[in-house]
Amino acid sequence: MDSFWGAFSGALGLVIALDPDLMEIIGLSMRVTLTAVFLACLIGLPLGAAVGTFKFPGRALVAVILNALMGLPPVVVGLLVYLVLSASGPLGPLRLLYTQTAMIIAQMVLVTPIVAALTRQVIEDLNREYAEQFASLGVGALDRLTAMLWDARYSLLTVALAGFGRAVAEVGAVIIVGGNINHVTRVMTTTIALETSKGNLQLALALGVILLMIAFAVNAGVMALRASAARAAYA
Amino acid sequence: MRDAAFDTPGSASTLSRSPVVNDPLLDVRSLGFSAGGEKLLHGVDVAIRRGSRTLIMGPNGAGKSLLLRLMHGLLQPLEGAILWQGGRMNASARRAQAMVFQRPVLLRRSVIANLKFALTVRGMRGAKRADKVRSALETAGLSHLARRPARVLSGGEQQRLSLVRALACDPELLFLDEPTANLDPASTAAIEALILDANARGVTIVLVTHDAGQAKRLGEDLVFLQDGTVVETGPVETVLTNPRSEPVRAWRDGRLYLGPNTQSLNNYPGRKN
Repeated sequence: MDSFWGAFSGALGLVIALDPDLMEIIGLSMRVTLTAVFLACLIGLPLGAAVGTFKFPGRALVAVILNALMGLPPVVVGLLVYLVLSASGPLGPLRLLYTQTAMIIAQMVLVTPIVAALTRQVIEDLNREYAEQFASLGVGALDRLTAMLWDARYSLLTVALAGFGRAVAEVGAVIIVGGNINHVTRVMTTTIALETSKGNLQLALALGVILLMIAFAVNAGVMALRASAARAAYA
Repeated sequence: MRDAAFDTPGSASTLSRSPVVNDPLLDVRSLGFSAGGEKLLHGVDVAIRRGSRTLIMGPNGAGKSLLLRLMHGLLQPLEGAILWQGGRMNASARRAQAMVFQRPVLLRRSVIANLKFALTVRGMRGAKRADKVRSALETAGLSHLARRPARVLSGGEQQRLSLVRALACDPELLFLDEPTANLDPASTAAIEALILDANARGVTIVLVTHDAGQAKRLGEDLVFLQDGTVVETGPVETVLTNPRSEPVRAWRDGRLYLGPNTQSLNNYPGRKN
């Protein structure tokens, strides 16, 4: 118990002192995660909206596949991305393995189905409400899609938040494709795993606390935004 | 199946095909529609005169809203045809029409953004669109609420916005599906005034209503539906004052019409008169 409190006070000391190593790891984590979530939204939002709006053969199957992919095991994704990016893989010549780009790709593969599947559900519900009015006004396919994405923007923030939660907490895939190289691909989760195995609980705990604080802060921010939007009847 | 009461002279298709209706704007011929193995509309003939105000009336479940949606092209008929100015109903025909729904469907945006969206979809931009928006807001009496989120407006304000949004698209034909069903008398009067004003400017009106008073205030022609088919058509005043078919008589007298071989519910044993 003493060692726990000792580690905890040491962790707080690192956080308060804005330890440079700690800050570097946090910065790298945020850069990788936010880029991956941004790219996943860029693909997942229109994809989910299209599946939720348009009727086409196999639509139900696509929805089932998207839902199933939400539960992709991170280590499997890590392995697949590793095989694709490794020297003998199709993207080997790009030399992306053990880089931040590789970590972004792995996180993007994990997050895109989550964003797409949840977006499909949100837009499908909205489409049920808007479809006849849009048909009556003669709204074209692209305008329908963009109008619904815009009108559902506050609900879709929660979708992006779910993607962020998945990405920022990810360890299995990024450690395989990133290699956990100090100052290069070492992010919060991989550092926690490494430092715990080394017995350096101070840094591991400090990162754990910060990870939790970031998760709380992002959730609180999005919830506040949604609540104010709902009060103004935009959500 | 048509009952004897439906075949009274001058009812149904006979009247809707009367020589008065030359060159109709919208011509519904032998229209049929089924869903889940049930025939919801069958043998419907309706001709909408250009510049007229046509009311579609009938009890709940008669197929009024369904007929409106078919006429507007939101659903495809399984039988029969709907002709626009004698030709096929195509995209340009659809753009010459607009519809106001019973429950206003407003985007999660401000009042002004709702109007702008509809006009942008119709290809209007710049000063012309701004003028249209300003004019629509003034017509609806919503200028002071222009920046307010549309979904916080009262029911009457929402329906007025929905109506002027439809009218801003300059339709030749406006469909309205019970637009005042949930409104107070003042809001109802405001909507009716907007409808009459639009009609005076040449917009053809097709309106579904349950309100006999509104029918007399707004209607010229009346189409009465019962069990998915037209049982009587004619001038509103004539049909409602002197109905020739039993379903219309039952509806006017507030009785539930259960079919040609069934007594109306007002005659059930023990009913207090």
